[in-house]
Amino acid sequence: MTVSPALLAVEGESTGVEFHAPSIWEFYPEAILFAGTPFEMNRIMIIRMIMVIALVVIFWLGTRRMKLVPGRFQSLIEMGLDLVRVNIAEDLLGKKDGRRFLPLLTTMFFLVLFLNITGIVPGFNIAGTSVIGIALVLAVASYVAFIYAGLRKHPWAFIRNALFPPGVPPMFYIVVTPIEFVSTFILRPVTLTLRLLMNMVVGHLLLVLMFSGTHFLFLGATEWGIKALGIGTLAFGIVFSLFEILVAVLQAYVFTLLTAVYLQLALAEEH
Amino acid sequence: MVLAELTGNIATVGYGLAAIGPAIGVGIVVGKTIESVARQPELQGRLTVLMYIGIAFTEALAFVGIATGFIFS
Repeated sequence: MTVSPALLAVEGESTGVEFHAPSIWEFYPEAILFAGTPFEMNRIMIIRMIMVIALVVIFWLGTRRMKLVPGRFQSLIEMGLDLVRVNIAEDLLGKKDGRRFLPLLTTMFFLVLFLNITGIVPGFNIAGTSVIGIALVLAVASYVAFIYAGLRKHPWAFIRNALFPPGVPPMFYIVVTPIEFVSTFILRPVTLTLRLLMNMVVGHLLLVLMFSGTHFLFLGATEWGIKALGIGTLAFGIVFSLFEILVAVLQAYVFTLLTAVYLQLALAEEH
Repeated sequence: MVLAELTGNIATVGYGLAAIGPAIGVGIVVGKTIESVARQPELQGRLTVLMYIGIAFTEALAFVGIATGFIFS
C-alpha cells in the first residue's frame, strides 16, 4: 500500500475530490453556541449534553412503572443494572461494600457507555469521551473514591498496604516504596484517563480514515481498478464500526471494573 | 562521510514500536486464560474477569505510546 497514496494523489487532481486525512483537529471542532465565553459549546459538548439527557430519560422511563414481571424495556434496563451490580460490584467488593459503592460504579458504567457509543451513532460520529474532560473527571472520581474508602476504613493499613507491601525484605523498601507510590497514586488515574481517551481517539481516527478513504476512492479516482479498492476500505470501515461497538461496551466495563479493583485493594485487610 | 541519511520525522514509527510490547503481553494474557479454561472450564467466569483486568493493565502501555506521539510531535 506504499505506492497507492502517491498514485491516488495524482488521480485525485483530475476530479477535484481531495483526500481528507484524519488529524488531531477532528477533536477540536468550531464553537457553535456561546463562543468566547467560558460556557463555549462545540459539537462534542452538545453531543455529551444530548447523551446525558438521553441517559436520564431512558432510565426514568424504564424505572417509572416497575412490574414484578418485567416487560421488554424494563428487563433490558435490569440486565444492564445487574451486570454492574452482580458481575462487578458484588463479585469484587462483596455484598456490603458492593452496595455502598454501587451508585458510583453504576453511574460510571452507564455514563461511559452512553458517551462512548456516540462514536458510531450516525449523525454524531464522535465519542463524547474522545476529549479528555469526561475521562479525566471520572478518573478523578475513582481516585478520590479509593483513597476515601481506604482512609475511612483503616488509614494506617491502607498506607502500609499501598506503600510498604508485606513480604518484602526491609532493605528493598528503598526501591519498592517509590515505585509503589508512583504506580498507585500517580499512574492509576493517568492510565484510567488515557485508556478510555485513547481508545476513543484511535477508534474515531480509524473510522475517519476508512470512510474518507472510501469517499475519495469512489468519487476521486478515475480508473476503475482504483475505484474498486474503495470496496475494500468500505468493508473495513463497516467491520471497524462493529468493532467500535465492542470497544465502547468493553471500555465502559473495564473502567468500572478497574475502579472496583482499586476499591477492593484499598479495602483489603492486611495481606 | 554520511553513510545513510534520513530527512523528515520518524516519529510515525514510534507507535508501532510502542505497540510491540503490549501486543505480546495481551497475547500471553489471553493465551494463558484460554489454556486455564481448557484445564478447568468451571472457573471460566472468574478467569474472564481476571483476563480483562490483565488486558486493561497491559494495553494501557500502548495507549501511553499513542499519547506521547501527540505530546512530543
